[in-house]
Amino acid sequence: MTSPPGRTTLTVRAVVNGARAAADVEAGTTLLDYLRDALGLKAANSGCDTTSCGACTVLLDGRSVKSCTVLAAQADGRDVVTAEGLATGDELHPVQRCFRQHHAVQCGYCSPGMVMAAVSLLREHPGLSEEQAREGLRGNLCRCTGYHNIIRAVLAAGQEGGA
Amino acid sequence: MGGRTVIAYHRAQSLAEALGLLAEHPDRITPLAGGQSLLPALRAGRTTAATLLDIGHLAELRHLEDRGDTIAIGAATRHHELAGSELLAARAPALRAAAAAIADPQVRHMGTIGGSLANADPAADLAVAGLALDAQAVIEGPRGRRTAGLDALRLEAGELVVEVLVPVPSGAWSYQKFSRNALDWAIVGVVAVMSDPGGPARVALSGMGPAVVRAPAVEEALARGLGAHAAAELADDGTTPPSDPRADPDYRRHLARVLVRRALEEIGVPA
Repeated sequence: MTSPPGRTTLTVRAVVNGARAAADVEAGTTLLDYLRDALGLKAANSGCDTTSCGACTVLLDGRSVKSCTVLAAQADGRDVVTAEGLATGDELHPVQRCFRQHHAVQCGYCSPGMVMAAVSLLREHPGLSEEQAREGLRGNLCRCTGYHNIIRAVLAAGQEGGA
Repeated sequence: MGGRTVIAYHRAQSLAEALGLLAEHPDRITPLAGGQSLLPALRAGRTTAATLLDIGHLAELRHLEDRGDTIAIGAATRHHELAGSELLAARAPALRAAAAAIADPQVRHMGTIGGSLANADPAADLAVAGLALDAQAVIEGPRGRRTAGLDALRLEAGELVVEVLVPVPSGAWSYQKFSRNALDWAIVGVVAVMSDPGGPARVALSGMGPAVVRAPAVEEALARGLGAHAAAELADDGTTPPSDPRADPDYRRHLARVLVRRALEEIGVPA
């Protein structure tokens, strides 16, 4: 009997934060480990590692995903954006600026994932309501802020029309 | 992936290639669509896989089409695509609502209807809505093509869900989902639909057995002319609700009766 096709190690090529990236990984490597360990991009955090907390959220082809629950291989040939890729030079992305203005941060561990989830949410629902903001961020846990400032920041970014 | 299993990955180039590989190696290949159930299960050691066959990107599995009396949904259609579909909102709104109720936006951006149905979790949103709507899963495998209702979806080795067929229009509907928090699976869920006002109703339950189930005693009681309150008292007839950290069987039975009553009232069944 022949073996099924498939590689145990492979080269994953993706456009990450606007630049071509390539790295060899084991087939079971998550997108999160590809970004952090292979590419050295440390913004996306490993929180729960069980698809619950959202600290690892990045954009895959423009939409939020939990990078602990996506294989690097699934992202091959696709577009990935992490929090490192949001700002333009010294100019913060509108969502980042609103998080700062509204102090939507305490320890900061959830923040990169929270910001990426908010960017995706605002693209899908520009000018969203408070209910849509709370609903849309339900995949991201924060253990410090109580969420109020986060919701204020996302609503402010929505009113600016910025994502 | 946990370091326990050496996993190989292969991205299928076509549905034909994927089906051929599954037929040739039915016990050694695990299809990977969005991975939102499979990857957490692999990482937690609840399942194993030797070779993952990625079918999530195949254009042949990504359609959402109005075929007159049926809506055809390709198996790799994402939950967020269902949740945002104007076609579903107009013609099968219970399924659209069920897709929108799944987990969180990140999971909905990756997860697929075929993956959800193949995973056959008894608490699944799409399965309970699809069952109430009498949706059929189209399955391809080594022994050809077959269709199955969503309460009897058991895939044999080498089989793949390729499409879901949803009869439309579906009429009045209600989805009552009871869960501990926004991210959690339903403890009990109820979907009720009624094509014509005063006509026969279909009622499906999640979390009340090893798979999603119909509530035939409720449907028959309604056909005999019973009201929502009396019919809902029969919601747990014939079910085998599990005991798990979320709830015990008696609590699930209570939830089923309450949620069925609410669902029946919402679709216009008199009290």
